[in-house]
Amino acid sequence: MTKTKPARYGMAIDLDRCTGCGACMVACAVENNVPPARPEATPRTGITWMRVYQISNGAESPDTRAAFIPILCQQCGHETPCAAVCPQEAVEVDPATGIVDQMPQRCLGCRYCMTACPYHARYFNWWDPRWPAGMEKTLNPDVATRMRGVVEKCNFCHGRLHAARTRAAAEGRSELRPGEYVPACVEACPARAIVFGDLNDPESELARLARDGHSFRILERLGTEPKIYYRTERAWVREAAHA
Amino acid sequence: MPEVETKLMPRGVRRCASRQFLLWILPWCVLLAFGLYGAGLCLVKGLNQTNMDNRFAFGLWIFLDLTVIALGAGAFFTGFLLYILKKSELKAVINSAVVIGFVCYSGAVAALLVDVGQPLRFWFTFWHPNVHSMLTEVTFCITCYLTVLAIEYVPIILKNRKLRQVPSFLVFEFELHKLMPVLAGVGTFLSFFHQGSLGGLYGVLRGRPFAFREGFAIWPSTFFLFILSAAAAGPAFILLTTWLVSKISRQQLVRPEVMRLLGRISGILLLPYILLKTIDTLVWMNSTAPAHGFAAHEFYARKPFGVWILFAEIVVCGLAPALILLRRRMRESAGWLVFASALVCAGITLNRFVMTVQTLALPTLPFDPFLSYLPSWQEVATFLAVIAYGVLTYSLSFRYLTLFPQEKDLSC
Repeated sequence: MTKTKPARYGMAIDLDRCTGCGACMVACAVENNVPPARPEATPRTGITWMRVYQISNGAESPDTRAAFIPILCQQCGHETPCAAVCPQEAVEVDPATGIVDQMPQRCLGCRYCMTACPYHARYFNWWDPRWPAGMEKTLNPDVATRMRGVVEKCNFCHGRLHAARTRAAAEGRSELRPGEYVPACVEACPARAIVFGDLNDPESELARLARDGHSFRILERLGTEPKIYYRTERAWVREAAHA
Repeated sequence: MPEVETKLMPRGVRRCASRQFLLWILPWCVLLAFGLYGAGLCLVKGLNQTNMDNRFAFGLWIFLDLTVIALGAGAFFTGFLLYILKKSELKAVINSAVVIGFVCYSGAVAALLVDVGQPLRFWFTFWHPNVHSMLTEVTFCITCYLTVLAIEYVPIILKNRKLRQVPSFLVFEFELHKLMPVLAGVGTFLSFFHQGSLGGLYGVLRGRPFAFREGFAIWPSTFFLFILSAAAAGPAFILLTTWLVSKISRQQLVRPEVMRLLGRISGILLLPYILLKTIDTLVWMNSTAPAHGFAAHEFYARKPFGVWILFAEIVVCGLAPALILLRRRMRESAGWLVFASALVCAGITLNRFVMTVQTLALPTLPFDPFLSYLPSWQEVATFLAVIAYGVLTYSLSFRYLTLFPQEKDLSC
């Protein structure tokens, strides 16, 4: 069997391009079988693996400016806070991809990982998942639905990774080609604000963007080595994000 | 009082009439039933019955768990002092301490089972343990220690006047009693670890700079602070409950020197705890938090969590009771003893509140708002059910078992 090179998948999000349209959030929910929010759900009890925050420069009109910061699991690579605290190894960092995986089938629902996550990018199923009649036909067969009482989060569309690997294996390849596997949010963004790739590949566009002087990682000083890079040339946005 | 009930009570002690006792336990039974209903709703319908959310993922119940486990530490520490360090005066309160410990730990475990999203998967932690998680250590140690407490509780039950008439029970109780020093040792070992791990639960949270602490090897400083604070609070809580039971039952239960000894032990442990807590806070303010990009004063800029909370915890509920309890003259006064013990227990409760609730209320993302959380009635009801369960178990134990061996002599 051919040994494959380990990847370190990551993302770069251009905040100057993001319009806050929310297409990434919708694509993410559809791709990953996230159920529609219950009528009694609040912004703090809904499930949004990707969540777009709106920030403002705080100035009076006409100088008011807004920016949008999509926050998803930052796939921390060092002392991954959620993986370190989970009491039953329901969270693990895949050494082959660098993706932080969540196993809802093993999750106790203690929510310690949610407390540990600095990005608040983990979501608890407060209700049983339910789809309106007929909508269950739109479910993605590559992704298992989750039950009430377990935690879930962004996994860079793991179903797509599996599908890409299966296709590659069918063609006799052990490595994925660049661009062969991209998460749904990347595909859906109409402004092409999200770039996905392998940080271990120095030639990739992602690696180039990560090295860009205008790129930064949120809460980098916590030392968790997140793999999501944000880029902006606006000073006030960098300041608001403590870049 | 019906003769059948009198025969169940310890000899030579006075207890209130059956009717009066029923009137005492009735409201607690109602509260327990109400709480069980609330907890049942959470188990059947899910945690959507609570006001916790994705941001306030821990709430009232975790605060309850941390607090009662700290207050219940009197069981292990009194056992350690009595059986290992041979402080024989504490024999006067050891049975009461065991019952308090059992009630606190079993109540906490019950609340935890309601608190998790998938209670039927509780055994997963034993099957797939993550040895790096503080919660794994807490789960293992609490489960083992609750078993130890249950074994320690059995001989107290078997000493009941009626049960003693069964010869095999008497033999079993005698044999169990010989095990007590071993159980005390095991209990102390387990307690040191889980009390510490409860502190470590928050101390390791790199993503929560308000709670994160550097430490020694794999243990953050909160690991050691929780052990010391629980050891200090345990005797104070035993003192407080003994005084309270004495007032309610109108009986003298222990000699004053036992109360003074409990107070002194609490004071001796509290002073180094406060000293270390102060050093830890200063290190965190000047080194740990700034190294992670946070100015400590920002954490206290959001109302109602101002600097007052730190002052209340360290000075009012820490230094002040420590100084009271360490002064012989003040310990001579029952009023000061009880007042200082109440302050110690309040301080530990406040510390656990700060660690659980304030930590989650403060945002980590720079553009995130400060959050508030108010528990739902189901959460409050479950909380009250644990309290009611504790009061009922203790009341029944006090009425039918010998919790204070000196009581008989003192009532003569």
